[in-house]
Amino acid sequence: MAAGVATWLPFARAAAVGWLPLAQQPLPPAPGVKASRGDEVLVVNVSGRRFETWKNTLDRYPDTLLGSSEKEFFYNAESGEYFFDRDPDMFRHVLNFYRTGRLHCPRQECIQAFDEELAFYGLVPELIGDCCLEEYRDRKKENAERLAEDEEAEQAGDGPALPAGSSLRQRLWRAFENPHTSTTALVFYYVTGFFIAVSVIANVVETIPCRGTPARRPPREQPCGDRFPNAFFCMDTACVLIFTGEYLLRLFAAPSRCRFLRSVMSLIDIVAILPYYIGLFVSKKDDVSGAFVTLRVFRVFRIFKFSRHSQGLRILGYTLKSCASELGFLLFSLTMAIIIFATVMFYAEKGTSKTNFTSIPAAFWYTIVTMTTLGYGDMVPSTIAGKIFGSICSLSGVLVIALPVPVIVSNFSRIYHQNQRADKRRAQQKVRLARIRLAKSGTTNAFLQYKQNGGLEDNSSGEEQALCVRNRSAFEQQHHHLLHCLEKTTCHEFTDELTFSEALGTISLGRRTSRSTSVSSQPVGPGSMLSSCCPRRTKRRAIRLANSTASVSRGSMQELETLAGLQHSSAPQSRSSLNAKPHDSLDLNCDSRDFVAAIISIPTPPANTPDESQPSSPGSAGRAGNTLRNSNLGTPCLLPETVKISSL
Amino acid sequence: MGVGRTANNSVEDELEMATVRHRPEALELLEAQSKFTKKELQILYRGFKNECPSGVVNEETFKEIYSQFFPQGDSTTYAHFLFNAFDTDHNGAVSFEDFIKGLSILLRGTVQEKLNWAFNLYDINKDGYITKEEMLDIMKAIYDMMGKCTYPVLKEDAPRQHVETFFQKMDKNKDGVVTIDEFIESCQKDENIMRSMQLFENVI
Repeated sequence: MAAGVATWLPFARAAAVGWLPLAQQPLPPAPGVKASRGDEVLVVNVSGRRFETWKNTLDRYPDTLLGSSEKEFFYNAESGEYFFDRDPDMFRHVLNFYRTGRLHCPRQECIQAFDEELAFYGLVPELIGDCCLEEYRDRKKENAERLAEDEEAEQAGDGPALPAGSSLRQRLWRAFENPHTSTTALVFYYVTGFFIAVSVIANVVETIPCRGTPARRPPREQPCGDRFPNAFFCMDTACVLIFTGEYLLRLFAAPSRCRFLRSVMSLIDIVAILPYYIGLFVSKKDDVSGAFVTLRVFRVFRIFKFSRHSQGLRILGYTLKSCASELGFLLFSLTMAIIIFATVMFYAEKGTSKTNFTSIPAAFWYTIVTMTTLGYGDMVPSTIAGKIFGSICSLSGVLVIALPVPVIVSNFSRIYHQNQRADKRRAQQKVRLARIRLAKSGTTNAFLQYKQNGGLEDNSSGEEQALCVRNRSAFEQQHHHLLHCLEKTTCHEFTDELTFSEALGTISLGRRTSRSTSVSSQPVGPGSMLSSCCPRRTKRRAIRLANSTASVSRGSMQELETLAGLQHSSAPQSRSSLNAKPHDSLDLNCDSRDFVAAIISIPTPPANTPDESQPSSPGSAGRAGNTLRNSNLGTPCLLPETVKISSL
Repeated sequence: MGVGRTANNSVEDELEMATVRHRPEALELLEAQSKFTKKELQILYRGFKNECPSGVVNEETFKEIYSQFFPQGDSTTYAHFLFNAFDTDHNGAVSFEDFIKGLSILLRGTVQEKLNWAFNLYDINKDGYITKEEMLDIMKAIYDMMGKCTYPVLKEDAPRQHVETFFQKMDKNKDGVVTIDEFIESCQKDENIMRSMQLFENVI
């Protein structure tokens, strides 16, 4: 727990007086802590340097070394002080953490050494205050990267050791991802690279006009692709075969096929080889061949396969993606300017005859060419107004284009780094929150553990208590007492997630059976009720039952199924209730316990009770259950007690 | 000799909170006003001052501290009510004197005083009557502290039922509200409550 909690525990316990009038059960007696110890000054000797502090200061963080009983291991009885053979300079920061609640990171110390000290004293790095956290993380990351680089440099020489007995699949995947590992992989890598190049070059060359054979009629000049169709077709086939083979091998070797299928490289691969296969199935009919020709365009995407071979290409793609918003803005502002100027030019040139500015979209071309200072000259204004606006257009084009570009460049570099840092921070934030949650659940778990170990037993039978129960610190004892008081006030207990979900599960499954059990049982008169509901004895049983619910319910799943099956076959009208919404199942929370009890203690005819006591409609059963509940409205906690006693 | 300031504006409030150093009354004075010994006051003040160097606790800090003790549930609502119960002069901050005043009642007060304090806690609008709505709010806040994972599973209307029980016990003339006299009378008749009153004597 964090800042100064131990100081405020007395206050929280005092405030528990506010629960007293509300509690329906007597609150547990306070732990017999050796109280009023008076605050004493402890001396902590760290390698000769003496630090003195109040004992309460150290008690503030009971789950660290200094705050718990672990420091007793370091107690030197002769000198009456705690001796630690550690760095005194670092200890200063640790002790300041106890005093102020904030852990600071020393600037001049090595991060590794600081980490080790923290680990020794039981502090987690998450406790470092916000003022020093960024720097700590940066330095730590630097360190880690440096070490990782050294490791990699080492490994690059030998090649990473493959775990013995890895499957063919894993070896194949490794060969694909790291071609330097084996010569076969390297050969394969170069071969595919070569074929990509060949394929791209073939695509390009087949459009070059070759000198036609004299035998052919004019046109003499013919693209090479039409001149040597078979040769190009064979080359294409060979390349596609290689690519297909490679793709299938990668698919086979990928550790996560779905993820591989969704990855960009896989998409590129598919786009590269698909046109060929589509072309095979499409005959050379005129109407479809046009589309087929268009598909051939996609063959050029094979060039993107090079990105596997080039790190730079990958980085470029990634940066474009991350810079997309800035580029989008530039595009948007350009579009605005283009539309404005195109409109103006169109209306300026409208009067002229035989003008190129036939429509506003036609004027777009002029505007773009002028603004980017290309100036093809295929469209020129002829009116004076047109020329004036045309010159304004070209001047503003320079501005509109030149201004955002440096901004984009700097934005781009800033965004690139920022993105990386933000992702890092987000990932760390999740981890941070998870650790805080873990620490919190640690507290709760301590309490649950304490309960499970029979901590709620009477102190008279102290010998049977687990050692961990007896040896809790004073703070823990008091805190557990406080939580126990809350439980008694509300008549509910703290549990862990597992038990809770089990309880929910058994409720929804055993709703029918439990309902009928509760209906058929006799409510015992209030006279026999104990003055305190939920007495410790049965509650302990319930705790054990709750803990064993897991095993019981799993083991008796078949029983449940047969029960359900029996009901299903015997009473068709109950089928609707089986499919009834589970939200009202939560009302019968107490029945889960007696259901479990029923399974344990009433093995005999479970099948009969549902049948015979099954009312004609599920609604009336619900009502009966409700009336049973409502009759005990005055003492709602008595209900489970009621059913329990009768079903035992 | 305390330098207590009452802020009018919330912005100024924050500024003042940051700069004011609220010094409590002298030790002897506090000892006379409360039922603690000097040593106890010293221990309490050291803890208090460490947590709140400015000398006052505002509601946010209060809620944070209180939620450390109940990690499973959400204790902010109950902490809010508790804060209002401690903040007797209603200036949005609990000074050391308020703190000591409250603790003195809770730990060293007579049964009457403790019950009075509890009544004050439940009476949210401090009008001298506890209505069902107020009690329901308090009850819901308490049940919120339990969190989700309870055994048995927490029903939706558990707080309401609890409130009903409470009113049945406390509301003698069945007029739908509980006055301070009804409250104290009913509590004094309940031996469970009387017995539990002794529980927290030795907290300090």
